[in-house]
This record gives sequence, C-alpha cells and structure tokens, in this order.
Amino acid sequence: MFVWFHKLASPPYFYRLAGRLAPWLAWASLIVILAGLYGGLWLAPPDYQQGDGFRIIYVHVPSAWMSLFIYVVMALAAAIGLIWRMKLAHAVSAAAAPLGAAFTFLALVTGSLWGKPMWGTYWVWDARLTSELVLLFLYFGYLALHRAFEDQRSGDRAGAILALVGIVNVPIIHYSVKWWNTLHQGPTVFFGARADIAPSMYIPLFIMIIGFMLYFAAFVLKRLQVEILSRERHTAWVQELAGKP
Amino acid sequence: MTPARRKRLLVVGLLVLGVAVAAALGLQAFRKNLLYYFTPDQVARGDAHAGQAFRMGGLVAMGSVQRAPGSMTVHFTITDMQRSIPVVYTGILPDLFREGQGIVVYGTLDKNGLFVANQVLAKHDSKYMPPGVEADIKKAQAQQQAERLAKDPS
Repeated sequence: MFVWFHKLASPPYFYRLAGRLAPWLAWASLIVILAGLYGGLWLAPPDYQQGDGFRIIYVHVPSAWMSLFIYVVMALAAAIGLIWRMKLAHAVSAAAAPLGAAFTFLALVTGSLWGKPMWGTYWVWDARLTSELVLLFLYFGYLALHRAFEDQRSGDRAGAILALVGIVNVPIIHYSVKWWNTLHQGPTVFFGARADIAPSMYIPLFIMIIGFMLYFAAFVLKRLQVEILSRERHTAWVQELAGKP
Repeated sequence: MTPARRKRLLVVGLLVLGVAVAAALGLQAFRKNLLYYFTPDQVARGDAHAGQAFRMGGLVAMGSVQRAPGSMTVHFTITDMQRSIPVVYTGILPDLFREGQGIVVYGTLDKNGLFVANQVLAKHDSKYMPPGVEADIKKAQAQQQAERLAKDPS
C-alpha cells in the first residue's frame, strides 16, 4: 500500500498514469452528460409552477456542487502539500483551481439567468448568492497569489494557505439558506416520503452530477500533466520525453 | 509521523480553527443585518423605518390580487397570518408570483399604510413536480380533511 502510494507520488509515474486515464474519463463524461441532458431536457416533465424554466437546474445544481467539491479537493491537497511537503499535492491544487473557478462562474450565471424570470431580478445580496460570489473571488485570489512569486515553492505555499483559510466559506455557503432569511430557496429533500422533487426530475440531475464529476476528473488529470511537465522541465525524464519525435 | 510533520499538521489545524472561530464570531455580530426582509407584523409594530425604503416578506393573501384594467398596476395584500399590509406595484411581476406564494417586496410605506413597491421578488419553495401532481396532492389533502371531520364532527 505504502509502496504504491510512494510510486503514485513520483511525477513520471503519475504523468503516465494520468495520460492513460484521462481519455477514458473524458469519453465517459461525454456519454454520461449527453444521457443526463436527454433525461433532463426531453424525458423529465415540466414543473407545475415554473414550466420548462426549471430545466436550468440540470446545469446550475451540478455546477454549484462542483464549485464546492473542487474547493474541498483544492484545500485538502493544499494541506497535504504543506504538511508532508509533497510536490504533487501543490500541483493538484494548481490544476484544480481554474476548473473550480469556471464551475463557480457557471453556477452564478445560470442562477442569475433563472432568477430574472422566476424571482424578478438577476441578483440580490442575500447570504447564499453573496457567499458563492466570495467563493469565486477565493478561486481568483488563489490563482493570482499562486502566480505572484518568482519562486514556485513560495507561490505554492502562499496559495495553499489562502486555500486553507477559504475553506471556512464552504460550510457557510452550504448552510446559508438555513441560517438566514434568503431569497434563494432552501435545500430540496430528495428521498423518502417527503421528497420535494419527483423521481423523473431528480434522476437526470444525479446523472448530470456524475457526468460533471467525470469531466472534472478527466480535465484535472490533463491539467496535472501540463503542471508536472512545467515543474519538472529540468529533470532528465522530461528532457528525454521532449527529445522524442 | 516525524516531529516536523506533526508540528506542521498542528499549525495548519490551528490556522483553520482560528479562521473558523473568527468567521463565526463575525457572522454572529452581523446576524441582525443579514436578515433579508421584515415581516408585516414587524412593520406594523414599527420595526422598519417609516419614510425609508425597506424590504417586506410574506405570503400573497388568497383572493387579494386585483389588476387595474389597461395598466401594469397590481394591488394585493401581503400577510404573515398575523397582520396584513396592502401593496401596490406597477411593473412586470415574476413568473412565480401568485396567490399563496411567498414574495419579498422592496419599497416604502405611505401615510395611509399602503406599501408602494418598486420591486417584487418571488421566493421559490424548493419543490419540483410534474403539473398534474399538485392537483392530486390537493385532492388527497381535501379527502383527509373530510375523513377527519367525519370521524370527529366537533
């Protein structure tokens, strides 16, 4: 187990493993997302109040979920990088951050487009919307801070501390709709007798979430490959790789 | 785990804990300011500032919506089941606006106790279902009520 763990942490080994896994994950995500979209846009019935307008949840909810999930991944990797001084862990944080920022942006934009017809406004400063916007700025802050140093290791360490400080925002986003009077609706109950959402509507939603997770897995591995090559550019194995036609 | 790693683990743990405590205290201090709206009862008791714009939230009272013919003006009443306040609004209403729906209005209270709204926001209740289901649920609830009444006429 430990031998495998150490092998996984070795950049050349991980580089090759990521290269082999990424295409499979990318194709799987494409298939799963297409299936989820078909289920969400064609098979699911329109909502009793919102009509077809509710269908934006098939992008909005998975994006919002990914925005939180990726942040947790980033912060955990940052902690591992700080405590165990593992080079690969900082590379994971750096590779995940732009994807997390993109999903956060998507969640904010889709929510805003839905909010105009349904709520009557693109934006309100309620606790949920504001804390999600803070999450976007945390991602931007990480990206800027990480690149602000000449020395890669200083940038890694500064970014990791910011990622760890920002982790307190994740439970705030999650519980904001319970703690305060917000315009954003509370959490939807998915299972059991009190389910707030019909099965024909939530099954495509879960398929979309799995599709988004696969997409993240595929592209974070691809980005990690680039990140590893750039960090290891002076090593013999990368020189050898680049020397090949 | 080596002593150096244990020390770094401790430092990282304390950092996250410290920031969490600071955030909790900060949010606790701002608790009142984070309330998004006043209820009609709070407005009637004078909690909201008269003459200043504020937000009021509640349910649209059943049977209270009246549209002035040929204009965009709508009259309705907002209630929290204790107090009701009449509201007038001119403009496009959100799709989710209907009687019995939770909404938030932004505007001012005039001298006669009429709330003049500049903005009407509808709140979604986190329920999603196909169109026929709502009617079925209402029918089932009505049936349950009838059965209860039949068992206990008092």
